[in-house]
Amino acid sequence: MKRIKGKKKKRNFIQKAVLFLIVALFATSFAMPILLTITNSFMKEEEVLIHYGNVYGSYGYGQGDGYVSKEADLKLIPDMVSIKQYETVLLLSPEYLLKFWNSVILTVPIVLFQIAVSLGAAYGFTRIRNKKGEILFFIYTLLMLLPFQVTLVPNYLVSGKLGILNTYWSIILPGIFSTFSTYLLTKFMRRIPVSLIEAARLDGAGEWSVFTKICIPLCKSAIVSVAILLFIDYWSMVEQPLIMLSEEAAYPLSVYLSTINQGEITLAFAVAVIYMVPAIFVILYGEDYLIDGISCYGGTK
Amino acid sequence: MKRLKQYSFLSVSLLGVAIFYLIPFGGLIYYSLVDNPVRGSFAGLDNYIAILHNQAFLKALKNTVLFSALSVPLAVGLSLLMALALEENIPGRSLFRTIFLSPLMVPSASVMLVWQVLFCYNGTINRFLAHLGHGKTDFLKSDYGLLVVLLLFLWKNLGYYMIIYMAALNEIPGELLEAARMDGGSGFQSFWYIKLPYLSPSILFVGLMAIVGSFKIFKEVYLLAGAHPNDTMYLLQHFMNNTFLAFDYQKLATAAVLMCIGLTLIISLLFFLENRVGRNLEG
Repeated sequence: MKRIKGKKKKRNFIQKAVLFLIVALFATSFAMPILLTITNSFMKEEEVLIHYGNVYGSYGYGQGDGYVSKEADLKLIPDMVSIKQYETVLLLSPEYLLKFWNSVILTVPIVLFQIAVSLGAAYGFTRIRNKKGEILFFIYTLLMLLPFQVTLVPNYLVSGKLGILNTYWSIILPGIFSTFSTYLLTKFMRRIPVSLIEAARLDGAGEWSVFTKICIPLCKSAIVSVAILLFIDYWSMVEQPLIMLSEEAAYPLSVYLSTINQGEITLAFAVAVIYMVPAIFVILYGEDYLIDGISCYGGTK
Repeated sequence: MKRLKQYSFLSVSLLGVAIFYLIPFGGLIYYSLVDNPVRGSFAGLDNYIAILHNQAFLKALKNTVLFSALSVPLAVGLSLLMALALEENIPGRSLFRTIFLSPLMVPSASVMLVWQVLFCYNGTINRFLAHLGHGKTDFLKSDYGLLVVLLLFLWKNLGYYMIIYMAALNEIPGELLEAARMDGGSGFQSFWYIKLPYLSPSILFVGLMAIVGSFKIFKEVYLLAGAHPNDTMYLLQHFMNNTFLAFDYQKLATAAVLMCIGLTLIISLLFFLENRVGRNLEG
């Protein structure tokens, strides 16, 4: 008996070790693109040009203006660590910071106001549990799931009618009324026991004070989760500015980064990392909230 | 009176949704049925017939469907494996979870350069292949383009789906698994007979999310290959964008209505299935 157990233990250990190795390998390849972006941002501009100068050209680019490696090979550790890229981006090239700012003023109002609007709607859906409410909620769910190909067309039509095309309003207003956070906040709010709400109502509390004094405080962490998910989504927006804005100067960093060309490739990594900074904060401080949000989203009950 | 107050909480949201989504969608249906945006006359299904014969639309539709058909099963399966692997008590679990989630948090645009370096003509993958004796391929400009996008899609989304599975695995009563172990059930048996039934609603949900997500991959394709990618990467959103630029309202409206109908059918079907499966489980 003992020997069998010992054998089983040993087999278990080997299984675990193999599993660990596979997962670790997988994880390493997952982390690589992000890690490489960060480490390469500490490369000297000349070194970036040497390694990656040839990415966009198919054949030998840059003979004559210094040495450019014919092959573009990713390098994990720079030969010489330097913060030169950041200096150039932050101090000498205001256009990048401007694009960063564009991203901020597009994203922040959408996140704040979508949550404000959705909290009310979620309370409505929590209280109205009849057939009409459920049909409406299904329409909201459907709207949330439809891809931009479909929803941007109506957005565009209305923006044209309202005369707000080519302004940020044409992105911010449809963003505020996007139904994603209503869906998620409703799911969270419906977890609050009905008896709690009914008891408060019997004690004479009005709908408004039930909403502000019971539901919102109980949903605090849910609100943070939703805010994080929304921020991630809108911070990296691409489709909306492409359709709604025709002036390239108004584009947020996401679209701009994709048009970075040969001449600017030396700075691209540092710009990318600056663009990533909010995401890195989320990874460090908001992961639990994020997981909570996704779990609730996927919760089938 | 009481109802009225409850509806008033919904009102702001409803108003906005109606103005920006529902009412203009009615406008789209109108546009799709007339022959001219300005004082057009009823054209029946002409626009629909025209778009179903439009080469660009068909190509985009074919590529999008192909991409979904490849990416959805892979995403559903791989993320389930990842969730099961992280359920085992291996060291560094929470670190791995963070790493798998990180692509979701990091904006795609910021890592795109690395992907380009990997897959460009003079890039890392080609160098590696050259070592193995293969010739060079310009992945992003060849028929392999869609495969690169597939990798990108999996990289970006697997962690997300994994979390959904992990939440579902957490809900399985521990006693049930314990009892199975006591009775000498193997790891596979406890997966097949206990975990899988519990997971099936989540599998459908992840499937739904993956389908929706696969339609959203345009963002990454645009960042990777610009507005005019290789033929295999020409997706429905590219078609829409080009139609936008041409101000062809009939085509645009018709395509949007068609896509909306198609997706609504798929989504409703999956919701229906999910409900059925969920109910069966509860007995």
